[in-house]
Amino acid sequence: MQLITAIIKPHMLDDVKDALRGAGVQGLTVSEVKGFGRQGGHTETYRGAEYKIDFVPKVKIEVVVDDPAVDAVITAITEAARTDKIGDGKIWTTTVGSLVRIRTGEMGADAV
Amino acid sequence: MRRKLLTGVGLVGAFTLLTASPAFAQEEATVESVKAILDNVWILVAATLVIFMQAGFALVEAGLTRAKNVGNIMLKNLIDFCAGVLAFAAVGFAIAYGPGNDFMGTEGWFLSSSTFGDGFFGNLTTPTFFIFQVAFAATAATIVSGAMAERTKFKSYLVYSFVISALIYPVVVHWIWSSGGWLLNMDTPFIDFAGSTAVHSVGGWASLMGALILGPRIGKYDENGKPRAILGHSIPFALVGVFILLVGWFGFNPGSLLAADVAIGAIAFTTVIAAAAGAITAMATIWIKSGKPDVAMVGNGVLAGLVGVTAGCYAMDGWGALITGAIAGVLVVFAVMFFDRIRIDDPVGAISVHGICGVWGTLAVGLFATEGGLFYGDGADQLVSQAIGVVAVAAWVLVTSGILFLAIKSTIGLRVNPEEEIEGLDVHEHGSPGYGPDTLAGASAGI
Repeated sequence: MQLITAIIKPHMLDDVKDALRGAGVQGLTVSEVKGFGRQGGHTETYRGAEYKIDFVPKVKIEVVVDDPAVDAVITAITEAARTDKIGDGKIWTTTVGSLVRIRTGEMGADAV
Repeated sequence: MRRKLLTGVGLVGAFTLLTASPAFAQEEATVESVKAILDNVWILVAATLVIFMQAGFALVEAGLTRAKNVGNIMLKNLIDFCAGVLAFAAVGFAIAYGPGNDFMGTEGWFLSSSTFGDGFFGNLTTPTFFIFQVAFAATAATIVSGAMAERTKFKSYLVYSFVISALIYPVVVHWIWSSGGWLLNMDTPFIDFAGSTAVHSVGGWASLMGALILGPRIGKYDENGKPRAILGHSIPFALVGVFILLVGWFGFNPGSLLAADVAIGAIAFTTVIAAAAGAITAMATIWIKSGKPDVAMVGNGVLAGLVGVTAGCYAMDGWGALITGAIAGVLVVFAVMFFDRIRIDDPVGAISVHGICGVWGTLAVGLFATEGGLFYGDGADQLVSQAIGVVAVAAWVLVTSGILFLAIKSTIGLRVNPEEEIEGLDVHEHGSPGYGPDTLAGASAGI
């Protein structure tokens, strides 16, 4: 099992969600986050004084999938979240040690 | 329960009978009596509009400051009105309008009816006149809360509220608007129709001393002394506040005629022209300066135009108002950036809007008054009178409010401690956040 974590542009969330549904994913967790990548922040002004926006708003998606589905899910997110402009985000995977569905007590791949 | 309620109503009724004087109730309607009724009705409506400006100030100041201090700033706007009403009724009104000398009134404490009898204010009853005037007193007082926002001790602000409404503001009103005042009795009387100086620059100068003595908010300047932007938490609040103030100004300026007269239309006209001109020129100025039309700064531009035309809204025509408002809109942007640079931290621009544009508007009467204005071929006499009034009021307010804030600072303290300031005044000063925990979700919590 792998935990797939994706950082995407907030307005792409609906498209990514639909793509994940299409790829057979049954559930996911979404958080509003802020951060910066290679583009860094940018400078704006408020009432004539400059300030730097270091952290850009992003959405983080977390989904746990069984190993055979990992590549298809990553492809689905990549295609749905891509705008070809700077700041489209990143996807990474983490090996999941164990997984439990709280209601039934099912474990491992059964709990995905 | 019902009996108790009825008793309450009875008491209120008896109180009304004791204090009100239904002078015209039993007489046959005449042109004069109808005029008197209309005068009182209009001035009470205008007073209500001006009182509602408190809500406008509250929203502008809340919007341009941070969420962790929103409850504090809202309460300051409420309580400076309430403290002001009591202080002005007890002492301030007598100093402002009571008989006395050139400098101040010395009779009529607690609105004494032996001083302010029937006919003292012409057609306006004393209660009507008081309510209109106390709304102005509260306006002068509430300007300061914005300049001192996010770092002033609540109880210290409370002390300030009583003193400005009881003493500092009323003395200025006596000079400018009372028949015995020295500025009104100069050879060329000082003209400040609705209070560019009497109300707005009083608030502006007190704001300057308050912000100066307090010092800037933590984090406002970087290690090199360069000003940093501290973003307000709600631009919609700020701009709804500007709209409310704009509407309230139709009571502030036309109401200052103190009568139901067709001239109120012309005054409303100069008022709205100046507001619109101030917005457009402030927008153009900040757009050129920083590359984008800053939303809050355009809001300041509306207020700058309004403050600017307040002195001359009756003496100028539409063209004079247009130029006065347009220049105020440019001035406010440069003034905000200037005070930022010299380390006077005014989160909402109160010193610039009310102080600087109040001064400009007062001087502008000497230039653009259709009778007496320099640009209308009537010489510089009026302009000189305007300058004398501006300087005298600035000196009085800077000195008295300076003494007041220094006295507060050396006794009960003026500023909250750094821990309170960083965590927010709402919880430390008032016990709970302005926005409950369920709305302080995610990454925005605690900022």
